Amino acid sequence: MIDATILFVDDEQAFVDAMSKRLERRNMTVHKSFDGDTALRLLSENPGIEVVILDVKMPVKDGLVVLREIKRDYPKVEVIMLTGHATVESAIEGMQNGAFDYLMKPCSIDDLIEKIRAAVKLFHDHEEEEVKARIDDITHRIA
Amino acid sequence: MQTEKRTSYDKLSRKIVLTVIAVSIAPLILVGGLIFDQFRSIYRAKVYAHLAEVVDKHKDNVNNFLHEKQGEIQFLNRAFTYDQLSEPQFLERTLKSMQQQYGRIFVDLGIIDKSGRQVAYAGPFDLLGADYSNADWYLNSRNKVSGISDVFMGLRQSPHFIIAINSDDGEREWTLRATIDFLAFTHLVENIRIGKTGYAYILNKNGIFQTRPPANRDSNLMLTPYETISSPNLNESVTIQLSEGSDNEKYITVSSVLKDGDWKLVYQQNANDAFSAMIRSEFFTLVIFLTGGLGIIVMVVYLSRKLIIRLRTIDEESEMMNRQMVETGKLASIGELAAGIAHEINNPVAIMIEEAGWVSDLLEDEGRSMACYPEIFRALEQVRTQGGRCKNITHKLLSFARQTDSRIAEVSLPALIEEVVEISMQQARYARVELSLDLDRNMPLVKASISELQQVFLNLVNNAIQAMESTGGKLMISCYAGDEMAHISIADTGPGIPEAYLSRIFDPFFTTKPVGKGSGLGLSICYGLIHRMDGDIEVESGVGMGARFNIRLPLPETGSGQEQTKED
Repeated sequence: MIDATILFVDDEQAFVDAMSKRLERRNMTVHKSFDGDTALRLLSENPGIEVVILDVKMPVKDGLVVLREIKRDYPKVEVIMLTGHATVESAIEGMQNGAFDYLMKPCSIDDLIEKIRAAVKLFHDHEEEEVKARIDDITHRIA
Repeated sequence: MQTEKRTSYDKLSRKIVLTVIAVSIAPLILVGGLIFDQFRSIYRAKVYAHLAEVVDKHKDNVNNFLHEKQGEIQFLNRAFTYDQLSEPQFLERTLKSMQQQYGRIFVDLGIIDKSGRQVAYAGPFDLLGADYSNADWYLNSRNKVSGISDVFMGLRQSPHFIIAINSDDGEREWTLRATIDFLAFTHLVENIRIGKTGYAYILNKNGIFQTRPPANRDSNLMLTPYETISSPNLNESVTIQLSEGSDNEKYITVSSVLKDGDWKLVYQQNANDAFSAMIRSEFFTLVIFLTGGLGIIVMVVYLSRKLIIRLRTIDEESEMMNRQMVETGKLASIGELAAGIAHEINNPVAIMIEEAGWVSDLLEDEGRSMACYPEIFRALEQVRTQGGRCKNITHKLLSFARQTDSRIAEVSLPALIEEVVEISMQQARYARVELSLDLDRNMPLVKASISELQQVFLNLVNNAIQAMESTGGKLMISCYAGDEMAHISIADTGPGIPEAYLSRIFDPFFTTKPVGKGSGLGLSICYGLIHRMDGDIEVESGVGMGARFNIRLPLPETGSGQEQTKED
């Protein structure tokens, strides 16, 4: 159906496993990470990652901190915040910090796929815009 | 515990009463006693001074009288010769003219020769030739120029006294005697009458009455130091003594010397009579003092009672507040616990749902050929559905327990009510309660604490549902804006509240539920919360009429951008 490269970050290992299996079945490439630092490392190793699904509440490095770092280093990558209900506020705060959307746990797979699809589209739009901008720039210079 | 407290209140009350009484009455007693004492001594001094003056004056009167009479007889003696005087007609004439001049004070006149025989006599008695040679008065006056006798009965058997003048013309010695009318003399002292019991008399050296004892005088009355009616000092004009009589009454005795110490003028008065004015005013003072003291005591007791009652209610109120605080704290911690549990359950539930989803994904591809595929698929669907229910429950629980703060926010009442109703929906279904909502969705937002309002509505809705639990019924909630207030009413068709309870249902700890079922705090907390928001809550109900709770909350003034701060 769709092709997407995803990085799934959550400290709940079983949840990540189950989710990634299901997403992979739906033609997605899923990188798994159980903490923020691994996530950042994976991002640097895999430049093809389009969407990050990021849990807000994680030990060691909080989701919001990870979000800020991702947005700083990889501004094009879209981030979907994943939250337990009690942290809706922080998820919203995350959106103010540039996250694409947020989802409440437990989430239905269909909602998630919907959001991933939209995020990937936005990612590609941005990429296209960037390419276009570069072409324009080049044509400008040639002209 | 309870009795312990009561005794401590009693102790406090007693302490207050005693302290106030001591502080207020002690100075009263001191000042009163001082004034009382001063008044007493001043009044006593005044009475004594008055008595002394009266007695002194009369002493002078009596002395003057005696001197005058003595002088008059002396004059006779000087003016006339023995021969003239011993002539009966002359003597008779002289007596007549004296009586004309001085009144009937002189009873008779007589001349006594050296041997004591009366040689001439003028007067109403037949005393010519009487022999006085052995009479006391005669013997007593023998060696003096003149003498005044004590009162005695004498030969005529009636009290009288005699003024005797001794003369000696060289050839003869004789004595001129005159009898003074006892009654006239007695009048001199009888006139001294003060009060009811005051009277005066004259005693001679032997304590024999020289004047007629007063008619009302109890002749048996003996003054204890009767004998010691101190012979008044010659230098002092009067002596005052206080002594007790045989009738146990106190008597004031004022005495003064007469006739150069031969007689004394004694004035006696019952002390109670003399001080009657003082005693009366003392009595009134005492009555005023006692009434005042009684007034103070009654007032102090009354005030301390009132104070203690007030103190007790304050104590009870604060104790109630404490208990309420504990309850509120308990509720808050239960809320937090619920939120924590809900959050922790979220993750496992999410994993279970995803695993089930994964199994069904796998099944979709590879297991379609299995005979039991539809059954496994149904079971997985069920797992997912029930997981979804769990999710809903934890989400509702979280959304309810999340905000246990009292931060003021802008609240949409209809949305809040719907949320609360949703939470209670399950319970309502079990109780066969039908819900009917009539909410004005366009009403302005209310500034209040979301969690507090939730608590209030949840409480009222749950109460209504519980009331209808046995019979089922209808729960009607309406909400609209009007009169610059938001009106919310929550009505049920339950059994209603008896009139006797209506005034008490907002009281803390008032509950009609069985022990262990309700804390009785719900409505009182609702009341407190609503009032803290400057709103009010009332109830309309009656037996069989259901109950309707009306809440009014202030709407923020339109146009004012000012944030209303509502701290407690």
